[in-house]
Amino acid sequence: MALLELDDVSVTYRIAAGEVPAVRGVSLTLDAGTALGVAGESGSGKSTLAMALLRLLPRDARVGGRILLDGEDVLAMKWGRLRAVRWAEASIVFQGAQHGLNPVQRIGDQIAEPLLVHGLAKPDSARGRVAELLEQVGLPAWRARSYPHELSGGQRQRIMIAMALACSPRLIIADEPTTALDVMVQAQVLTLIKELLAERGISLIMISHDLSVLADVCDRLAVMYAGRVVEHGPSREVFHDPKHPYSAALAAAFPTVGDPVSRLAPKGLGGDPPDPMDLPPGCSFHPRCPVALDVCPTLDVELWPAGPERRAACVHVRPEKAEPAETTLEVS
Amino acid sequence: MTETQTPVEAVGTARPTLLEARDLHVGFPSRGRRARAVDGVDLAIGEGEIVALVGESGCGKTTLARTLLGLERPTSGSVLYGGTALEYGSKALKAYRREVQLVLQDPMGSLNPRQTVYEAVAEGPRIHGLPGEQEVVASALSRAGLRPPERFFLRYPHELSGGQRQRVVIAGALALEPKVLIADEPVASLDASVRGEILALLLRLRDELGLSALVVTHDLGLAWNIADRVAVMYLGRIVESGPVEQVLTAPRHPYTQALLSVLPESPERVVLTGEPPDPTRIPGGCRFHARCQVLASGRAAEAGVDGRCRAEPLAVLPAVPTAQAACHYAAAVD
Repeated sequence: MALLELDDVSVTYRIAAGEVPAVRGVSLTLDAGTALGVAGESGSGKSTLAMALLRLLPRDARVGGRILLDGEDVLAMKWGRLRAVRWAEASIVFQGAQHGLNPVQRIGDQIAEPLLVHGLAKPDSARGRVAELLEQVGLPAWRARSYPHELSGGQRQRIMIAMALACSPRLIIADEPTTALDVMVQAQVLTLIKELLAERGISLIMISHDLSVLADVCDRLAVMYAGRVVEHGPSREVFHDPKHPYSAALAAAFPTVGDPVSRLAPKGLGGDPPDPMDLPPGCSFHPRCPVALDVCPTLDVELWPAGPERRAACVHVRPEKAEPAETTLEVS
Repeated sequence: MTETQTPVEAVGTARPTLLEARDLHVGFPSRGRRARAVDGVDLAIGEGEIVALVGESGCGKTTLARTLLGLERPTSGSVLYGGTALEYGSKALKAYRREVQLVLQDPMGSLNPRQTVYEAVAEGPRIHGLPGEQEVVASALSRAGLRPPERFFLRYPHELSGGQRQRVVIAGALALEPKVLIADEPVASLDASVRGEILALLLRLRDELGLSALVVTHDLGLAWNIADRVAVMYLGRIVESGPVEQVLTAPRHPYTQALLSVLPESPERVVLTGEPPDPTRIPGGCRFHARCQVLASGRAAEAGVDGRCRAEPLAVLPAVPTAQAACHYAAAVD
């Protein structure tokens, strides 16, 4: 059963200069107990999409389509219901944990806050629950008395995860949870996330520009470019055998140490991401595409089947005269 | 200035040494204690060589880089450029900084948002009174891959993409035609697709201009992508160094082994636990012993070195280009 279903979701920011289409028709499904990685670079719409899931976007953003959480449309929820859903059913871990914590409040009080607000604990019982949460993220209970500046970056990120777990949500949305961290601390945090998924059956949407990290944690991967999903499938397959040239560029950006192909040969992608207010015609990736064909500047390819459980929006995967694919993606 | 013979040349390296740290120590007072951020480092960077300095936050790699730039003064030991000890008078430092330039991480933070690209790149040449400012700026921008350069002169940082901003920062360093670039996490804040482009630029600058570079990073993939040699730093010391192929495919120090094992794709992980290393409390014996997986698993005891791991400090690794590791266990089993 799908825990989360996105049906043709779009987000448009209205600014003085006009309308900025940040997310353009994304359809995805997340089954309970699975992890979905959303990859892409700055401006691909991946963080906007994550914020839209819990309606955390600013007022000038217009969200279209349907976002079904456990069958209930998030976009149609009343304010009170939305408040209950945030934290208790789905919570979000932002990038840059450093800035997410109040510097003058003790860690324990900050973790207890959502519990008290949602009436899930009384002030006297909250302390025990805080200790339990700290233990789950691998920190000693006495850390509840610490202030954020007394903790390292990795420990602060663990605190953010403890806060996200506080109300026992079924879904956690993590936006670049390890980006600012050292390799060893990143490994510790990723191990923690994987343990929480396995032990508590939590579902995860993780957002990153690092395909290798997403492939490591997630069951499935969706690669976004210019507001659209351009490739989707089982994560290891998308990482090791990408079908869309943009996914291939992202996968090659992080070399495998020991692989002679990448030795003294860093792989990048020329050009810059397109201006969402002035998208290239046809396939929006064609100006940067190393394998573009003559038709690409005029042909806007939708997601097509690209192997078992896989889709890619590229003319290279499209067999001649194939029937158009259904617009909704099935995620197993 | 005194002429000194560099020991590296005596050992015989493929490249003559350009920049060198010799028995370098840098300490700071820190919350009533003393942080030994750099605690005995010998490191040589050859002409046209790219060296990656790898380690976790707090290992002292940024302090080492700043000391090599003359931004920090060593507590003891010395920095040598072209075999001559660095002097800290303002005139000597100014001359030195034409030769050895810093490339900062986070271009959004290091560029002045109200300064045009032209002004940002022209700042160095103006301080040093270089003639033909406009040509200097244009040539630096085009060598950093911003072409045609005139198109970028009047742009502001916010009008550029992340990759373009990092190129402006690199152009600012190139404008003085330095011999050495010291880059602190040059791609950490950049998108995946841009990362490779900037690294390719650093490689091209080495090939075309013969630039040397010290790249400070926690990213071993970056070292694999562009460096000739890698030095792994832990708690103020270099614990393993050598050619990239050798150190990263057959690491001998347990710390290097652990760093490599946590990369995605690696078969068996060694996730080190415990608090991040604290340079105000450097343990006795081997400075890594408290977190060492080889000691904890009993393999060091089997090799009969566990007592030395806990009690006997290791000697400072010399500045030689060949592969070496500061580890009692590695020495015993080789």
